[in-house]
Amino acid sequence: MSTWRLAWQYLWARPGRTSINLVSLTLALTAMLVVLSLHDQIRHNFERQLKGIDAVVGAKGSPIQLMLSGVYHLDVPPGNIPLQAFEALKQHPQVARAVPLSLGDNIAGYRIVGTEPSYLDIFGAHIGQGRLWQANMEAVLGAHVARSTGLGIGDSFVGIHGLGAGGEAHDETPYTITGIAAPCRCIVDRLVLTSTESVWQVHDDLHDITDLTPSERQALEGEREVTLALVTYNTPLAALTFPRFINQTTAMQAASPAIEMTRLLTLLGAGSRLLEGFIAALLLVAGLSVGASLASAVAERQGDLALLRMLGAPSQRLVRLLVAESMWLALMSLTAAAVLSQLALFGLQTLLPAGAMPLWQAGVWSATLLWAPLATLGLMALAIAVPAWRAWKLDVLLLLQRN
Amino acid sequence: MIRTHQLHMTWPNGHSLTFPNIDLAQPCTLCLRGPSGSGKSTWLALVAGLLSPTAGDLVVLGQQPQQLTQAQRDAWRARHIGFMPQAAYLSNALNVQQNLDLVAYASGLAPSASHQQHLLQSLHIHTLLQHQVANLSQGQRLRVVLARALLLQPKLLLVDEPTANLDDDLAHSTLELLMAQTQEHSCGLVVATHDPRAIAFLHGQAQTLWLEPQS
Repeated sequence: MSTWRLAWQYLWARPGRTSINLVSLTLALTAMLVVLSLHDQIRHNFERQLKGIDAVVGAKGSPIQLMLSGVYHLDVPPGNIPLQAFEALKQHPQVARAVPLSLGDNIAGYRIVGTEPSYLDIFGAHIGQGRLWQANMEAVLGAHVARSTGLGIGDSFVGIHGLGAGGEAHDETPYTITGIAAPCRCIVDRLVLTSTESVWQVHDDLHDITDLTPSERQALEGEREVTLALVTYNTPLAALTFPRFINQTTAMQAASPAIEMTRLLTLLGAGSRLLEGFIAALLLVAGLSVGASLASAVAERQGDLALLRMLGAPSQRLVRLLVAESMWLALMSLTAAAVLSQLALFGLQTLLPAGAMPLWQAGVWSATLLWAPLATLGLMALAIAVPAWRAWKLDVLLLLQRN
Repeated sequence: MIRTHQLHMTWPNGHSLTFPNIDLAQPCTLCLRGPSGSGKSTWLALVAGLLSPTAGDLVVLGQQPQQLTQAQRDAWRARHIGFMPQAAYLSNALNVQQNLDLVAYASGLAPSASHQQHLLQSLHIHTLLQHQVANLSQGQRLRVVLARALLLQPKLLLVDEPTANLDDDLAHSTLELLMAQTQEHSCGLVVATHDPRAIAFLHGQAQTLWLEPQS
């Protein structure tokens, strides 16, 4: 009989107490794994999307809102900016690239983005099937959108007004799908891309702006707007002067995603620290429960342990037996917590809008999660200390003096 | 088999015990008698190498256990000493087979398969191996405990109060079983008891070591 097998037998000789220990340990570890995963993945995903975007320029309002809506598609934009202002922005000497984004419609919760082909370049995305849009009312689906909606090249769809479900359908101006972007694990996966002009056309038709005189047409073109612009600098020095220039001399605002993300993560960090404290308390309680349980197991099992000593087992073998029991608990609760945490992450995914960037996913394992087994080992070491000492110092004469 | 000379044990709390000399030259049966507090358990622990005397000589099966290291004493005890604790102690967390497996686990020695089979059959417990200990009768428990003690074919069997709390019939059959098994396996036997029935049974079949009550 091996130490592991004997420890297993002893563990399940007290099924009630073992189950309580397992549940408390599993819950604490599940909470720990979920928080670690969220913390890690949110930070990683936020940072990953920012490559190639030095500033987001849009209507004045909350800079965090501008960043969340323009880069991550997690929020609604604060407003629009005039097309002329965007054109002027493109000519700014510190701007290497300015990509317009026009938002306003969706399909099944996935945002339809009027933009330019260079939007794909920001994320290193490319067309997987078909081709880019060329004419008005042609669209390219992100890989996730194509999979989720079942739409393919040559299919048509109509946009729904607004950025969420339940809006008015633009039945008169259907899009035709010309391509599907290759999966990039970036926001493009969850967007429908088309030309800026297509977005304008949809809304012109919605407001029945079709029969215009040339002068009216000219006036309309002069009033065109885009929602925001993603800007890439041509010099690092621009980070110091460009946002101030935009914020002080134009009716627009420039938000630095790096700065706004740091602010956001700091805000989230306060909540996350509170949660971490709560989890630490949970873990401590679970550890104490296991410790108390093992200590009482030693007390209840004094006869068995003394018998083992009498039969020739050295003291360290008794300690090894207790360690094996705690390791079984750790192993079972870690396994259960790994499964439960992934289920929880999967459930939490549904809280995000379909078209938003997936800030977290089930099935993503990072090195940070190794803290969970390390914490469990630490906890078990703490829990085992007193019972192990008692087993080590066990008085074998107890067996001889039993009545 | 066992030789003691001016054996003395002093506990850290100052309580001390002095044991009479004894010299048992060959495998035989010893009845260890004395009232509570006379040191029967301590004497057994000394002979088993669980305690080291504070003074005097002790030789068990040609070995002076107190001169061995702790690890050596554990290995020596596992190999040569069988033990039956009071009240036929078995682990309730394990079934009969697992209780017997504890011997190999604790000692690191594998019992001979043929000896084990013979032992289980002669004690009529080969059909009980998967039974839970809690479901065994008192007589069955005694047989399992005896089998456990004899699994590694020890040269000396130490038995602590084997008949306490048993009815007359079971006490008698237990003692008969002990005598028969130790004779069959050529094993020395020490029975610590203050049960008049055990004393009467062993009278004429065993030497007696009387431990005086000590203050």
